[in-house]
Amino acid sequence: MRLVNIKPARGVRLLIAAIPILAVLIVYAVFSTARAEANPNDKVLPTFVAMGQAAVRLFTETDPRTGEITALADTSASLWRLAMGVGIATLSTLLLGIALGVVPLVRAALGPIITIIAVIPPIAVLPILFIALGLGEASKIALIALGIAPYMVRDLAGHVAGLPAEQFVKAQTLGASTWQLTLRVALPQALPRLIESLRLSMGPAWVFLISAEAIASDVGLGYRIFLVRRYLSMDIILPYVAWISLLAILTDLALQTLSRKAFPWAHGGGH
Amino acid sequence: MAGGTDMTGDTATGGPPGGVILSFRDVWVEYGDKVVLERVALDIAQGEFVSVVGPSGAGKSTFLRLVLGQEGPTRGQILLDGTELTPECSPDRGVVFQRYSVFPHLTALGNVMFGLECAASPLLGKLLGGARRRAAREEAVRMLEAVGLGHNLDVYPAQMSGGMQQRLALAQALVKHPRVLLLDEPFGALDPGIRLDMHELVGGLWQEHGLTIVMVTHDINEAFKLGTRVLAFDKRRHDPHAPNRYGATAVYDVKLDRKAREAGPPAELAGVVT
Repeated sequence: MRLVNIKPARGVRLLIAAIPILAVLIVYAVFSTARAEANPNDKVLPTFVAMGQAAVRLFTETDPRTGEITALADTSASLWRLAMGVGIATLSTLLLGIALGVVPLVRAALGPIITIIAVIPPIAVLPILFIALGLGEASKIALIALGIAPYMVRDLAGHVAGLPAEQFVKAQTLGASTWQLTLRVALPQALPRLIESLRLSMGPAWVFLISAEAIASDVGLGYRIFLVRRYLSMDIILPYVAWISLLAILTDLALQTLSRKAFPWAHGGGH
Repeated sequence: MAGGTDMTGDTATGGPPGGVILSFRDVWVEYGDKVVLERVALDIAQGEFVSVVGPSGAGKSTFLRLVLGQEGPTRGQILLDGTELTPECSPDRGVVFQRYSVFPHLTALGNVMFGLECAASPLLGKLLGGARRRAAREEAVRMLEAVGLGHNLDVYPAQMSGGMQQRLALAQALVKHPRVLLLDEPFGALDPGIRLDMHELVGGLWQEHGLTIVMVTHDINEAFKLGTRVLAFDKRRHDPHAPNRYGATAVYDVKLDRKAREAGPPAELAGVVT
């Protein structure tokens, strides 16, 4: 049988998916143990035990300086910034993307400027945001929103404009006004795509969040990682990276589930 | 003609079968140097079932888009019930396309209720409950039953066969009681057996509802089987050095009686239609 035709069953799939993950963990365990035996104070490859201890400390002990549990304070600060930035981006994408996709006049007026904004590297305007909005929350939220919104707007506008012209003609022959057309034909079909492009944009959103936090902040997941880097505290950095990955995976799962539940017609049928 | 004070009422809006409903007066369509349609002049009477045939690129689809209002003529006039058409779609002309005629995000019932809800609720385009919604729902269900989808109210188009989707598209259009129903190769993508079922359905609906239908088709046998009148579009003149110089027009226009319909397409049309 040809290689391209071999399709693993579900159990086999799970098994062979676990192999590379386990391999990475085992290789790490071997090397970190070896280094710890040679030098108990080694900081570069902390053992799983050391990382576990650090993680427990971060998630349970109160920081005497702030009176808060460090990891929880970092997480809530970061998630709040992320939610605000992503929320603003999503809302503006919904309004702009649909307007651009449905109304040719809006597309003619705003399409070029959005294309121009989209090619500006967001990190390059971070200094401008810091100068204009200060070093507080606003500039971090603005960076996330500006970083992901142009791509999402263009994606959604393209999707809406690409809906079959027949649908828009049909809706008009059924008496729909521009507003009704937007509300009942374009909007419902835009929403699953919006969630899809949001899922793809969450990666960049995290990048912008951590960049902004690394440069100017006093709390947050990105701030913490860059702070402890000075002390080579890999036992804190690695659990934080794992924690961020876990949050990202959970967000993605939640968005995927939302889309499947809310828009069954977009996922191959309603049953 | 229409708009006159004829006391018999035969030519007035919504009059009995036979009155002119749609009128083309010396209509031309040009895209820059390219002439697509030229000198189209014809009247379509209420209750007619007009089949439009012709080779690819002979302006069949342009003719349909003109009636639909997707585009306007470069020269000439198109009158619906005596009033000149604006180049915009409106509910007095319903349409069923070959594909993408139904909304994938609405159930069968939702698709048919769409037109009723747009008329009843300008702001939301949706009826959220109450007696008006119940009335609209009942009307939509009756229409779905008429096309044989009475048992598939809550099914999404993606779960339907091609034939069922076209039935749904018909119900969706007919619930608005359009003056003219336009069919753009409505059965082109269907299996032969399903196509026969659809012929029966459309023929039945045409008779029951007293519809006026304009159907563009590639299938000449279908044109003669269903139509009471066949229009063939083609170019009268042809300049081999400038193929876009002359446009197409209705080169063949014949009303069919029962006998002609059963006899099928005449030999002279064989060369016209691909």
